Amino acid sequence: MPPLDPDILRRRGEIVAALRAIVPGEGVIDDLDGMRPFECDALSAYRQMPLVVVLPETVAQVAAILRYCQDNKVKVVPRGAGTSLSGGSMPVGDAILLGMAKFNRVLEIDYANRCARVQPGVTNLGVTKAVEHEGFYYAPDPSSQIACSIGGNVAENSGGVHCLKYGLTTNNLLGIEMVLMNGEVVRLGGKHLDSEGYDLMGVMTGSEGLLGVVTEVTVRLLRKPTTARAVLLGFPTEAGAADCVAAVIASGIIPGGMEMMDKDAVQCAENYVGAGYPLDAEGLLIVELDGPEVEVDHLVARVEEIARERGATTVRVSRDEQERVLFWAGRKAAFPAVGQITPDYMCLDGSVPRGRLVEVLGEMRQMSKKHGLRVVNVFHAGDGNLHPLILFDANDPGELHRAEEFGADILRLCVRVGGVLTGEHGVGIEKRDLMGEQFTEIDLDQQMRVKCAFDPDHLLNPGKVFPRLRRCAELGRVVVHHNKLPFPDIPRF
Amino acid sequence: MSTTLKPRDAKEVQQAVAWALAEGATLDVRGTGSKLSLGRPMRCDHVLDLSGVSGIVDYAPEELVVTLRAGTPIAEVEALLAQRNQMLAFEPPDLGPLLGRAAGEGTLVGTLQGNFAGPRRLSAGAARDHLLGFNGVNGRGEAFKSGGKVMKNVTGYDLSKLVAGSWGTLAVLDEVSVKTLPAPDQTRTLLLHGLDDAAAVTAMCAAMGSPHEVSGAAHVGTRTALRVEGVTPSVEARLKGLRALLGSTSATLEELGTLESRAFWREVRDAAPLNVAGDEIVWRLSCPPSAGAAVAARLEATLPGARWFFDWSGGLIWLAVPASPDAAHATVRAALGPTGGHATLIRAPEAVRAAGPVFHPQSPALAALAVRVKESFDPKGLFNPGRMA
Repeated sequence: MPPLDPDILRRRGEIVAALRAIVPGEGVIDDLDGMRPFECDALSAYRQMPLVVVLPETVAQVAAILRYCQDNKVKVVPRGAGTSLSGGSMPVGDAILLGMAKFNRVLEIDYANRCARVQPGVTNLGVTKAVEHEGFYYAPDPSSQIACSIGGNVAENSGGVHCLKYGLTTNNLLGIEMVLMNGEVVRLGGKHLDSEGYDLMGVMTGSEGLLGVVTEVTVRLLRKPTTARAVLLGFPTEAGAADCVAAVIASGIIPGGMEMMDKDAVQCAENYVGAGYPLDAEGLLIVELDGPEVEVDHLVARVEEIARERGATTVRVSRDEQERVLFWAGRKAAFPAVGQITPDYMCLDGSVPRGRLVEVLGEMRQMSKKHGLRVVNVFHAGDGNLHPLILFDANDPGELHRAEEFGADILRLCVRVGGVLTGEHGVGIEKRDLMGEQFTEIDLDQQMRVKCAFDPDHLLNPGKVFPRLRRCAELGRVVVHHNKLPFPDIPRF
Repeated sequence: MSTTLKPRDAKEVQQAVAWALAEGATLDVRGTGSKLSLGRPMRCDHVLDLSGVSGIVDYAPEELVVTLRAGTPIAEVEALLAQRNQMLAFEPPDLGPLLGRAAGEGTLVGTLQGNFAGPRRLSAGAARDHLLGFNGVNGRGEAFKSGGKVMKNVTGYDLSKLVAGSWGTLAVLDEVSVKTLPAPDQTRTLLLHGLDDAAAVTAMCAAMGSPHEVSGAAHVGTRTALRVEGVTPSVEARLKGLRALLGSTSATLEELGTLESRAFWREVRDAAPLNVAGDEIVWRLSCPPSAGAAVAARLEATLPGARWFFDWSGGLIWLAVPASPDAAHATVRAALGPTGGHATLIRAPEAVRAAGPVFHPQSPALAALAVRVKESFDPKGLFNPGRMA
């Protein structure tokens, strides 16, 4: 992280007083004990106390805070529920931590237009809870959905198990209200589709809190499918399972979810929840098919057939809702379950083309030998989004470092085969220094220039996403080469 | 003197932009030019014609991705996908005939630049939801990329969203990767005859909120159409469900088979049911679906001679009005009323498009932000100057 600004640290008392003038009472927290719960997010290996914590309750307060920070050049780290896996909401020592937890109300539910207007601090699952009695739900379902906030989902463009069929956060938003760093409030979209002008909602989604602070979100609601069944498919090799994934998609089926677990993951999960997984499988797939009952029956039969052709040794279809939930319980508990066999693990998040899964898994095994650390794989196979878990012991000096090296090697591999560094967890601080593996300096400069359009002083969520910050004034210079010939080789008419 | 630059590959695109930058010259960036009469009229120094940077780069059906160059016609992409039973799920419209041109001229990149989508917008998303990544050149003459070829990607800002719907004003795209999806085996339509606008919108919203996975909901004249797609047993079960749901309305019911359905929805996609004649002006209004009938009632009350039909469950109104010097833009936009939305002028002579706002006016804060975003890509204003103004 960049060095702390001594001038800001010296002015702390004055900044706290200014915040208290905006947010009265307990909304400003400046004592060490009170700030302790905010010192990290879900990437808990990294910890840092913020300058001060502020928890506004109104849009006007958010606007006043940001305007004050802009005028006084004070940095701001926005935070939803603090469940980022990439350090996206990790505090910065000379920055205000702007917590949005008090924005926790569902403002409006509109079934005719199939949407809900909610404040950003409402949890992801809270949206579904508010509408499920009418048979509706909110589709993106990150595994932290019980805790993570919708505002954080917008910042990270969160995914989940079902985004293969139903899309990521960006595909399920209709509108947002946001506050810019200069304190201006803008509304993008609404209950109608495809607002004109630049799709600023689109670029806000997944911008990791670097462009603005979301104060209201209008999400698309979907009608719950009438039937959902999960199929367990066990394969004697990982390659067999990976081949089956590609074959299902190629046959024209888009499952609601298609997850893969390797043998270690299966055994840990089975120990943990007793989901009835086949312990002999080297690769296990959970394929969920949803829709009208006749369609689900039809698709289940086709998936079974494809799996058998690919050498599946276990084929089990959930008989009822209870068993379907049980099949998923193992998958959902897989990360904590891996804790049985290791003191610590590091969870990665690269995406690769489905067709390269076999090769990537194989190469990961080789790397595992090289680095002397085990790797367990539990991931969203349907959309090629890997979540390798690197097992290590933080008490063993050097293992964390080796795990980081191993992780970086895996992400480089993802990029090499045509994939990307992060599919759903975000860059944050975790993958910041690897951005150069995927992007050129020109690519990154263009992204930073977009940042400058929103936040010209780089005050919002500093130190995240970009490996090397360049001043907006420097980025804004246009270099023109007048001496070049006007390209005589281009055909003209 | 105006020059037409016709690059043959990405490198020449970059060279052309660098040359324009050095010359301080503006560029009219186009593919086949099929959408030239959309947007505000422009005065550019030169034309950058991308029709020569054409062709499919890569198509991997099992990856659900196709990568292609800027000048590739939609027809070529759709024909290729059809060979593998896949499609562009957002149903790119062909507005050629509506704009007085031939059908089948447009490029996929042109459709992305306008963020157009057809009836399946409701269930499958817009063009912007299907652009996975691109290579392009910014207004500094720099080649850059964003996004990728994989479904799930949150690495860096999603510049694909910004570029989709930017009408070529941010960057010259030379290659894009677009999501493909399996094409449905069956396409059937339940037609309800005899509903007025209000009853039709209510029926469409009820159908869209049902579990029957309706992938198109349009109301044309006195016909209300609900599309159901997929494998045969599923389609039949869902049609039965829709009949049960809507049986209590006063409408008489009819079903269209796959071929008839495809023809019907193609017409809806291309706004053909407007049957635009002569110098009629065409608007496209987007509003909350349930507000559609009320918006239409206000249009009827304030615009003599107005004709319209609904797509997107009432949320998209295609409107034809008699010719007028300012396209009645203030009246059209006022009709959106308190529930909000936007109105885009689609078909009007150049003088009319120059006279009033083609795109919906934005709040001052938003407009100022948009200018800063434009400058972040194209600081000298080389690309399609004034087209979105």
